[in-house]
Formats: sequence, C-alpha cells, structure tokens
Amino acid sequence: MTTTTVSMTVNGKQLSADVENRTLLVQYLRESHGLTGTHVGCDTSQCGACTVHVDGLPIKACTILARQVEGKEVTTIEGLADGEKLHPMQEAFRENHALQCGFCTPGMVMSAIGIVDRNSDSLDEKTVRHELEGNFCRCTGYHNIVKAILAAHEEMTA
Amino acid sequence: MYDFNYKRASSVDDASSSMASADDGKFVAGGMTLLPTLKQRLAMPSDLVDLADLDDLVGVKVDNNSVTVGAMTPHAVVNASEEVKKAIPALSKLAGLIGDPMVRNRGTIGGSISNNDPAADYPSAVVGLGATVHTNKREIAGDDFFTGMFETALEEDELVTKVVFPIPEKASYMKFPNPASRYAIVGTFVSTGSQGTRVAVTGAGPCVFRQPEMETALENQFTPESVENIKQDDSDLNTDIHASAEYRAHLVTVMAKRAVAEANG
Ligand SMILES: Cc1cc2nc3c(=O)[nH]c(=O)nc-3n(C[C@H](O)[C@H](O)[C@H](O)COP(=O)(O)OP(=O)(O)OC[C@H]3O[C@@H](n4cnc5c(N)ncnc54)[C@H](O)[C@@H]3O)c2cc1C
Ligand code: FES
Ligand code: FES
Repeated sequence: MTTTTVSMTVNGKQLSADVENRTLLVQYLRESHGLTGTHVGCDTSQCGACTVHVDGLPIKACTILARQVEGKEVTTIEGLADGEKLHPMQEAFRENHALQCGFCTPGMVMSAIGIVDRNSDSLDEKTVRHELEGNFCRCTGYHNIVKAILAAHEEMTA
Repeated sequence: MYDFNYKRASSVDDASSSMASADDGKFVAGGMTLLPTLKQRLAMPSDLVDLADLDDLVGVKVDNNSVTVGAMTPHAVVNASEEVKKAIPALSKLAGLIGDPMVRNRGTIGGSISNNDPAADYPSAVVGLGATVHTNKREIAGDDFFTGMFETALEEDELVTKVVFPIPEKASYMKFPNPASRYAIVGTFVSTGSQGTRVAVTGAGPCVFRQPEMETALENQFTPESVENIKQDDSDLNTDIHASAEYRAHLVTVMAKRAVAEANG
C-alpha cells in the first residue's frame, strides 16, 4: 500500500496525515484526524451529510479525494463555534428545534451557511427550500430547518 | 474504490502527456461523476490526472458575439456570472439547474460534456446554441462532439480547454428534472440567431439530439403554437423506472413549447 503525506488547514490548524491516493476527504477528516462531526449518510453523493467548506465553498467531502484538497483551507462543523459560543447558524438550529436525530445536522448547517453567503442581500423561503436540494433530512420534514436558516440570515446579515 | 496513481498536472501539455504515458488514465476535473463511478468500481483507471491547477481553464469571458467558458469553470460560476446572465440568460439558468449547490461548486462544464451522460444538461446548450468545443488539439463543432451514449469525439489524451457559445437573439432551456437527482428526464434547449434556429433535446434519448421538424416550424414562426402539435417519435427514446419512451416523447413537445414561450419573454 503506497501512501502520501497530505497536508491542509482544517479549522485554522495545519494538519497532515499519510493516506492512500483513494482516501476521501471525509475519511481523512474522520479517520486520520478524529473529526467525526462530518457524517457519511449515503456515500453516493446524494445526501449532503458530509458537507464541509473548502476554501469557503460548501462541497461534499465524500466525493473528493484528500489529495485534491492538499494545501487548501477546510472548515468542518467543529470549526464553527467560538469556544462556548455557537455560530449563529448553530444557535438558530437550536432555537428553532431544527433537528431531531441530528444525523443530517452538521451537513445542513454547513450547507445553510453557504445559502446565507450566496444570498446575503435578501433570502426568502422559496430560495432556502430550493438551495437545500442537496441535503436530505429523514426526521424533521425540513420546516424548522427552513425557519432556522431564515432566522440565522437575519442575525448574520444584521 | 481501487487505488490508482494520482498526479496534478502543471499545464495542459503536462496533462496530455501524462495521460498519453499512463496505462489506462483518466482526467479528473470536479470529480462529481468520476468519483461516484470509481466508488462503484464501474471504472478502475491506473492513473488520475487532476486538472485542478490549470487556472487558465477557469473562468468566463464575454465579448460582443460570444460567451467563452473555460473547461474547469464550475457550474456555480456560470450560474452566478452577471455577464452570462446578460448575454445568454438561458446558459446561466441551465447551470443553476444542475444537481445541487455542492455539486455546482465542484462540477465543471469540461467534465460534463466530456462525460456526455444522456441526462446531462450542458450538452443541450452546446448543441442548442451551435457552440464550438476547443481542445488542446483542435476545434470541434458542437454538432459533431457528442457521438453516442457516454461517447464523444475526444481522443484518449485530448482534453477540452474551453467552450465558445455564440450569443443568440433568443434562447431558453426548460427541463423536467428527475425529482431525486435533478438530472434531466427531458430537457429542451431552443435558440434562434446567427447559428440558425435550433432545438436540442437531452435526457430523452441515448445522446443529445436536434429536433429538425420543430426547428423548421420555429424558423417560420418562433412561437409556442408552432411546436405544440409536433409529436416526437418515441421509437429511439429511453425507457427506465423514471419515465417511459412515450412519456418522454410527450415531454419533448411540452418542454419545447415552454422554452419558446420563455425565450419570447
Ligand atoms: C448528486 C449529483 C447530481 C447531479 N445532477 C446533475 C444534473 O442535474 N445535471 C447534469 O448535467 N449533471 C448532474 N450531475 C453531474 C455533474 O454535473 C458533474 O459535474 C458532471 O457530469 C461532471 O463534471 P466534473 O467536472 O465533476 O467531471 P469529472 O467527474 O471529474 O469527470 C467526468 C469525466 O470527464 C472527463 N473529463 C473531465 N474534464 C475533462 C476535460 N477538460 N477534458 C476531457 N475530459 C475531461 C473525466 O476523465 C471523466 O471521464 C450530478 C452529479 C451529482 C453527484
Ligand atoms: S455522504 Fe456525502 S453526500 Fe451523502
Ligand atoms: S434530524 Fe434526523 S436526519 Fe435530519
């Protein structure tokens, strides 16, 4: 088994690990670095549970090789809170009861921050529902997730 | 997924020569098609040649007559470009209908057309606007680029560098998406302008195709009524769990009609 040392900045820290060429970013985060907040729901690029940001953009960590991310900046769900203080999107999910089992939540939150970033001027319910098309939730019925994202949008753009 | 050698190409020439010297290599662009394929072990290339560092292949350029999209430009960039929205709104719209936001942040036009999935969106714009595909070796007319299901005119070590779309007078794209994947069950791209009047259909058959009867009717009169009674022959169309050939044929006309209405504004 040939391995290569792959380095990247994750949540502001420089990390390295020896991995195979076929190692996915999500495996690199979870298995090499114990960052298990990023979930694997489907492993077939459909569900969005594995969403993280690479250079500020939401992407599916199950559909990119660790080697493709060499040298880049990654933010995972673990990198959002400021100490004890939750990120406004996390806080809005908590306030609005936007999770039940919580499995989809890390991906939802990372994806939701992307929605706010892309629509900083104005955001309506229709846009939120449309742009959530890459994130599946089996529990909530989405209603409170949409509410949370709209609430966080107000907070984040105030 | 089987393991493979991995290399990031430093230039277009480096990419092409790395591919030529690999046993059974594959370029990787956004990986949105290739990685799922590797995971299912539907492909087992010996080498992946990553195009990610080829910055010259990223970006959109608009002049008076055309919109040029670099092969490595992600769908999200084409969708969000104010210049594209002004010059060819239908192209911006099409890019925004592909997959979901995370797919659009990674997937590229070069990857989409080189893969030529029967249900992919971009092939309909390439054919429906009479675009030209530029590679490291030559220029290929959009009409000649797509040769069959998952087949293109590309040679093994040939890579797409950019696609040049002539700016039409009017154009629109309408798609009936698969509700789960968002791939086109049927998508119809219509345009009229310097490249003539074109109707390109994706999702319905094994490969994107033009609809000559509708094109002739629209040349006479570019109105939804011109196409509403034209029936698409269903004998070569796809049947799968999502839709029968007969239903797809029906959708071709419905999507064409809606697209013409939208193009007329
Ligand atoms: C969940 C999901 C939903 C999707 N929904 C849609 C949809 O609704 N509509 C749609 O059209 N697509 C859809 N896609 C596919 C998506 O658009 C892909 O981005 C696209 O098909 C492939 O682009 P890529 O850049 O990811 O290419 P890759 O996966 O990296 O490559 C695909 C193929 O093209 C080759 N290739 C890549 N770049 C070049 C080049 N410059 N020159 C020559 N060969 C090259 C590769 O070797 C490979 O064989 C979806 C994908 C996913 C995962
Ligand atoms: S685990 Fe990545 S999309 Fe489902
Ligand atoms: S809260 Fe359970 S899957 Fe979304």
